[in-house]
Amino acid sequence: MVSTLNSWLRRVPIWLVWVLGLIPLALLIWDTFTGNLGIEPVRDIEHRLGRTAIYFLIATLAVTPLLRLARLNLMRFRRALGLICFTYVICHLLAWVVFDMSFLWAQMLKDVTKRPYLIFGMLAFLMLLALAVTSNNLSVRRMGRKWRELHRLTYPAAILAAMHWLWALKVWESWPLTILFTVVLLLSLRIPVVQRVFSGSRGGSAGVRNRDLS
Amino acid sequence: AFGLSGKPSAFSTEEQQNTLDEITNYNNFYEFGTGKTDPARNAGALKTSPWSIEIGGMVDRPGSYGVEDLAPDSALEERIYRLRCVEAWSMVIPWLGVTLASVLEKAGVQSGAKYVSFQTAVRPDEMPGLRGGYIEWPYREGLRLDEAMHPLTILATGLYGKVLPNQNGAPIRLVVPWKYGFKSIKSIVAITLTDQQPQTSWQMLQPSEYGFYANVNPTVDHPRWSQATERRIGAGLFGGREETLMFNGYAEQVASLYSGMDLAKNY
Repeated sequence: MVSTLNSWLRRVPIWLVWVLGLIPLALLIWDTFTGNLGIEPVRDIEHRLGRTAIYFLIATLAVTPLLRLARLNLMRFRRALGLICFTYVICHLLAWVVFDMSFLWAQMLKDVTKRPYLIFGMLAFLMLLALAVTSNNLSVRRMGRKWRELHRLTYPAAILAAMHWLWALKVWESWPLTILFTVVLLLSLRIPVVQRVFSGSRGGSAGVRNRDLS
Repeated sequence: AFGLSGKPSAFSTEEQQNTLDEITNYNNFYEFGTGKTDPARNAGALKTSPWSIEIGGMVDRPGSYGVEDLAPDSALEERIYRLRCVEAWSMVIPWLGVTLASVLEKAGVQSGAKYVSFQTAVRPDEMPGLRGGYIEWPYREGLRLDEAMHPLTILATGLYGKVLPNQNGAPIRLVVPWKYGFKSIKSIVAITLTDQQPQTSWQMLQPSEYGFYANVNPTVDHPRWSQATERRIGAGLFGGREETLMFNGYAEQVASLYSGMDLAKNY
């Protein structure tokens, strides 16, 4: 069944992933212009963009475990998923600068260096920025093994992004905690021991031994 | 809802009021959920009649009081106050209420009393947010007696000429306009006079972030975010931020309550 799915997935064009991935943005713009956002539209815009970004980050992180453990091959879409994530990250950041802080650069600069949740968010942004600018074929070829090492920044970035969300809240809320847990789970599936446990319970080796996939 | 009216007050601000829609659909009332629209969605289940407020502790006439006993419709004043949330947003709300001082005088405050503590109702069947254990219920708040007796401090039973909507703390709530919104405890069932500083919910939860006083103060930040500026709800996408005023703009009336106190320590 997985192989049927995989052969079907091979025919899905990358642009379709982009189209689907930008639907949440289109809905947000639609809601903004039709006044569907609720009492504090700034907050809704900022939060929806941030949440969507982290969902795509999780999707990106799920690609490798899905291949290794379920043999579902979404590898072709990973770059697009990562870049869609980054698109939402940029929009989220812009919404903060333009709508929320309305260009109060002095306060923003002070906050970004002082407030843990903003430090977490900014660090995650810088890491993802590095990944986005090196996501082209030329960089992959030029950087070789260094590219793979650099792109492991996705891991700390995902943790930081989840912490950025949690630290901005007044109480521990279940949904962002679930997100952090999901990130940790997806990262732990990359640890060889954990992988063996999971693939062992599925009746033998999952067969995918491509260590380059990390 | 029944129409209510209140005598105008010199304490009211002239600033543009938020709409009823804004005031009733953007609330923090964790007993009904942590989302801003949860209270509007869930608070309808709260039965606000009959309702009684237990006044006890160091008072001459302890007992169970009805809302109408404490805040008769004929005694209501309209107080148009700024409200500044600790989350750095603000509104302007036309409350209807009576001074807390007038209520405390009814119960007769004894001379040794120094503080007033308040509790919100705990009704698991009517308050779905109680299942989330974010806070140790009941929600608790407190004031120093001089803060409680200050003429700006009111118990509100209405807003915008109507009985208080449930999500805004029906049937009776505290409003202390120079303090962060969380001090203005909602749906009050108990008022106790004591000589000890009472425990307050947010301080219990995170004492490094929320103090007993919680005065609006642009120079003392929340450890995780700045309190220097605020967003006025309803200002729109390009409304920008306003500078937060000391004591939320009520410094002239209340600064003397804190003379000689280090407000960075007593936050």
